[in-house]
Amino acid sequence: MKNTQDTNQKRRQFLQKGAAVTAIAVAPGVMLHTAAKAKPVGEAVTDAVRWGMLVDAAKCADGCDACVQACNEENGLNLLQKPHDAEDEMWDQQIPKWIRNVKVKDNLTGHVTSLPMMCQHCEHPPCVDVCPTTASFRRADGIVMVDRHLCIGCRYCMMACPYKARSFVHEVVEHKLTRTPRGKGCVESCNFCVHRLDNGQTTTACQDACAKDGHNAITFGDLNNPDSEVSKALKEQSSTQIRADLKLNTGVRYRGV
Amino acid sequence: MMKKIYFREWGLESRNYWMLLAVLAAVAGIGGLAALYMEHHGHWVTGMSNQIVWGTPHVFAIFLIVAASGALNVASIGSVFNKTIYKPLAPLSALLAIALLLGGLLVLVLDLGRPDRLIVAMTTYNFKSIFAWNIILYNGFFVIVGFYLWTVMDRKMKCYYKPAGVTAFIWRLVLTTGTGSIFGFLVARQGFDAAIMAPWFIVMSFGFGLAIYMLVLMDVFKRDQRPLGDAIMKKLKGLLAVFVAANLMFMVTFHLTNLYGTENHAFEAFILLNGGIYTAMFWIGQVLIGGLLPLAILFHPTLSLSRGWLTAAAVMVVVGGWMTIYVIVIGGQAFPMALFPSKTILESGFYDGVNGMASSYTPSVPEVLLGLGGVAVALVVTVIGIRMLKILPLSLADEVADPHAGI
Ligand code: SF4
Ligand code: SF4
Repeated sequence: MKNTQDTNQKRRQFLQKGAAVTAIAVAPGVMLHTAAKAKPVGEAVTDAVRWGMLVDAAKCADGCDACVQACNEENGLNLLQKPHDAEDEMWDQQIPKWIRNVKVKDNLTGHVTSLPMMCQHCEHPPCVDVCPTTASFRRADGIVMVDRHLCIGCRYCMMACPYKARSFVHEVVEHKLTRTPRGKGCVESCNFCVHRLDNGQTTTACQDACAKDGHNAITFGDLNNPDSEVSKALKEQSSTQIRADLKLNTGVRYRGV
Repeated sequence: MMKKIYFREWGLESRNYWMLLAVLAAVAGIGGLAALYMEHHGHWVTGMSNQIVWGTPHVFAIFLIVAASGALNVASIGSVFNKTIYKPLAPLSALLAIALLLGGLLVLVLDLGRPDRLIVAMTTYNFKSIFAWNIILYNGFFVIVGFYLWTVMDRKMKCYYKPAGVTAFIWRLVLTTGTGSIFGFLVARQGFDAAIMAPWFIVMSFGFGLAIYMLVLMDVFKRDQRPLGDAIMKKLKGLLAVFVAANLMFMVTFHLTNLYGTENHAFEAFILLNGGIYTAMFWIGQVLIGGLLPLAILFHPTLSLSRGWLTAAAVMVVVGGWMTIYVIVIGGQAFPMALFPSKTILESGFYDGVNGMASSYTPSVPEVLLGLGGVAVALVVTVIGIRMLKILPLSLADEVADPHAGI
C-alpha cells in the first residue's frame, strides 16, 4: 500500500509541475473566469473533491456531435493523421476516441435515446486493478487516467473496462498538443479535461460545447460539494449508472436512459 | 532389474544439425523482423483495433505459455509421482518447458505497445494485477525449472531432485492458474468471466504440452536413430487420450454452465451457432480437430500403434488447441459487450455492437509471422539444448525403458 501512496504522491507532484508549466504557458486570462471552488493551481489534488458528471439523455439531440468534436479538438485527437496506406474503415476502428455518440433503443418499449459515452471514472475502476505497472491510476479527486511514462501498451485495461472507454494509439504521433501528451503504443481515455481542472478551470470541453449549442445535456462538477450544480441536479431527479450491476460507482451518471 | 539409462548429446550429423538450426533461426528471424515492422509503424498495420485489442500474437503467446507448463508434466509424473518409466523423459520435459515459455513470452513482449519499456514492467508492480503476478510467476518458472533440470542432470545435486521436482510441479499449476485467471478477471466480458477458466487452462496445458512433447520426442529420436520403444509411447498415448477427453469435458461444462444463465444465451449462440468464423473454428477446430479426431485415433486398436497416426493425432491436438485459444481470446472480444442490457444499440461512433453485430478481425501477415517466430525460438532453444547437454537418453527401447517389459 505504501508503494501506491508513494507513486500517487509522485504523480501528483508530476501533475502539479505539469499544471504549473501549463498555467504559465496559457494566457492568464483563462484563469479569470474560473469559479470560486476551483482548485488553486499548484495545490495538491485531494479527495475533498470528486469530479463527476451528469448526462441528461433527454436533452441530448439526435445527430448532434458537438461534444465529440470539442473533445477531439481539446485533446488533439483531430491532429492524428491517417497513415497513407491505411484503409478508411480499418483506420476508423483504430484511431483513438475518447467520447462517442451512442443511440440505443429499449427492447421493450422501443424508446430511442441518444447519449455520449466516455470513461465513467469509476470509483472502483477495473482498468486500474488489472494494470500491471500502475500506469492506469485513479487520482484522489476521482479522475481515472493513464500515466504515459509507465504504460507498456499491454492493453489489459482495454480488455477490463466494461464501457470500452479506452483507446490504443495505433500510429506514430506527429502532431500533439502540449496539454495532451500522446505517443504510439500507449493507451489513453477521457480524463475529464484534467489539464483544465489542474489549471483552475471547472468545466470540460464537451460540456462547454453542449451548452454552446443550447442543449445543456452535460453537467459537470464536484460530487462532494452539495452546492455544486451537478450535485444539486443529481439530488433533484433520479439518475442511473450504466451497468450499475457491476457496482463500480461511476463518476458519470445518466438521466433518461 | 532396470537397465542403466545413459544420456547423451543429440548426435545428429553436423551438417544436418546446422541446416535444421539455420531453418529455425530463419523463421525466428523473420518473426523478429515482423515485430520490428509492427513496432516501427505502430499497430495500425495489424488487424488489431480498439475493438479487438489482443490479436493473433496473443493467441500464439498464450498457447505457448500454456503448453510450456504442460510440457513439464512428463517430468512431474516421474519426479512427483515416482513413476519410474517417466524418469528418463524428465530432462527433455524440463527443457521444452523452458523453451516454450521463452518463445511465448517473447511474442507477448514484442506485441506490447512499448516493448522498450519491459524494464518498467519488471520493476513497477501493481500487486492487485494478475498480470503483474504472472510476470513474477514466469520469471520464477525459469529459475525453478532450470534448477530442477540441474538436479536431474547432475548427480551431485541428487539430494535436491525431489524437492525441486515438487516445487516445479506446484509452481506450474499456479502459473497456469494465473494465465487462465487473466481472463477470469474480465468481469464485463461474457466470453471470459467464468471461474472454470483457470482449471480449464490447466487441463488444456496438460494436453497441449504433452502433444508437443511427443512430437519432439518422436522427431529427435528418429533423426538420431535412437530406439524409441512402444512401451513408452503407449504410456504417453494413453495419457494424451485422457487429457484430450478431459479438455472436451471442461469445454462442455463451460458452455453448459453458460447456457444455464439466460444472460449468456446470446454469447453461446454466437460461439455455437451464428458466430461465423468463430463458430466454424469452434466446431471444426476445437471439437473435431482438437478433440474427437485425435481421440478416435488414440483409442483405435490398430491406428494408435502406428507412429504416423500418433504423430497425426498429436499435431491435431496442437492445431485444435491453437484454434481453441483463438476462439476464446478473439471470439470473446468479437462478441459485443453488454453495455446496455435490455437495449439494442442502433448507432455508435465506436463500434459498440450495433444491432448486436460482432467486431471484425482479420489476422495480418506480420502478426502470424511474429507468432510463428515464437514457435521457432522455442524449437531453436530445444535443439541447441539437446545438442549441448545430456538431455536425451541413448535409448528408450522397451527393454531399457520399461522395467516391466515382457509382462
Ligand atoms: S470507465 Fe473504463 S477506463 Fe474509465 S475508469 Fe471505468 S474501467 Fe477505467
Ligand atoms: S495498456 Fe498501459 S495503462 Fe493499460 S493496463 Fe497496460 S500498462 Fe496499464
